[in-house]
Amino acid sequence: MEREKINKGFAEMFKNGVIMDVTTPEHARIAQEAGACAVMALERVPSDIRKDGMVARMSDPGMIEAIMASVSIPVMAKVRIGHFMEARILEALGVDFIDESEVLTPADESRHVDKSQFKVPFVCGARNLGEALRRINEGAAMIRTKGEAGTGNIVEAVRHMRAINEEIDALKGLDEHQMIQKAAEMRVPLAIVKQTRELGRLSVVNFAAGGVATPADAALMMALGSDGVFVGSGIFKSQNPPKMAHAIVQAVIHYQDPKRLAEISKNLGSAMIGLEAKTLAVKMAERGI
Amino acid sequence: MLVGLLGLQGAFLDHIPHLKRCGVAYTIVRDREVLGRIDRLIIPGGESTVMSKFLLEFNMLQLLTQRIQDGMPVWGVCAGAILLAAQVDGRPGSVGVLPISVTRNAYGRQVASDTQPVDVPQLNLLNYPAIFIRAPRIDKVGAGVTTHAVRGQDPIFVQKDQLMATTFHPELNSDDCFHRYFIGL
Repeated sequence: MEREKINKGFAEMFKNGVIMDVTTPEHARIAQEAGACAVMALERVPSDIRKDGMVARMSDPGMIEAIMASVSIPVMAKVRIGHFMEARILEALGVDFIDESEVLTPADESRHVDKSQFKVPFVCGARNLGEALRRINEGAAMIRTKGEAGTGNIVEAVRHMRAINEEIDALKGLDEHQMIQKAAEMRVPLAIVKQTRELGRLSVVNFAAGGVATPADAALMMALGSDGVFVGSGIFKSQNPPKMAHAIVQAVIHYQDPKRLAEISKNLGSAMIGLEAKTLAVKMAERGI
Repeated sequence: MLVGLLGLQGAFLDHIPHLKRCGVAYTIVRDREVLGRIDRLIIPGGESTVMSKFLLEFNMLQLLTQRIQDGMPVWGVCAGAILLAAQVDGRPGSVGVLPISVTRNAYGRQVASDTQPVDVPQLNLLNYPAIFIRAPRIDKVGAGVTTHAVRGQDPIFVQKDQLMATTFHPELNSDDCFHRYFIGL
């Protein structure tokens, strides 16, 4: 219980910030200098994972450690869904946060990691309220939209954030009996449904992820109620990564100010190449529900 | 009284329920204009590197220093304490107005974050559950700085005149003791 409070509290500190995917210590330093509030250390950014196919696993702990040594901001790293041993390894390594991520190839098709058994906090992806509450119930200290990683296409992240918001809104109209039904339908305890209804939001920090490629995308997700933004391939697959990174951070700060967003969005070079959702061979968001 | 919450990054919204219960008005500070018209300021927990970067880039640092010199009360929480400190990891701090030396993340990474029961006589608190998150350590306090609470030997709640700093996170607890104290400064 105490650990839960410390870990959920840590996630609060990321709010109104941008967490960036980095693959080298040099990229980590660029991210930190641009204003990232944390970095996600991984061997390949999602767009390359998507292109390469093949099984994607936890990154080399040596590589993660080198990134941890190169920056002062928190460092996150990814494990495969359900792969509690990769999680044990990253916890032993001392990473600040673990992303149990659909971007990697799932290790277990029916179970996620029992996150309540760990000292280190976890963030998990969700497409809807049921997924979000199941992950929180398993011990996630933070939620993010799944979006569709590595596409540079914001449409799925928008769909997932709106779905979560609308489902939370819809809880308001339910009577006791309907809430019991809803909890059963979502396969979570009634208490967590009641808590969510009372709060009018998730009980943990909720970030946008999966398809953020421009400052406007980041501001859009903030306006839809995200507490902050993950940017994966969007930075280091753009033409000018330091500039794009800096602009996205500023857009998260000033998302309510279109005039400033216009200034921020000028002359950034080209954003990453986006992929149309309908043409994708692999839908990462369908993993680990 | 208008309390400003520095809104460049971090857990600034977490202070709002406390301020509401204290019955004071608040506003988010993201630019010079708002910084110029608040009566006091909370610098929240978050990433000190991000906040100090944008204080500078948005041209707010000099005005903030000026307002502090003119007597505006400021409370720095965790990263906020780092911003206020005169010395950070042996180098000059960002706002740098509070004569303390701090070491960032001195207690370790997130797995080392913890809750410690601390006594705060100034606020009549015994065994207050102070939440430390990748906390900085205050290594030295300079002239005129009062230490209100310690963790072992380390100061964790210090004050000099209208400036206060906590290396832990009262905003994550449900009581308003620290907020009431700050509003009373």
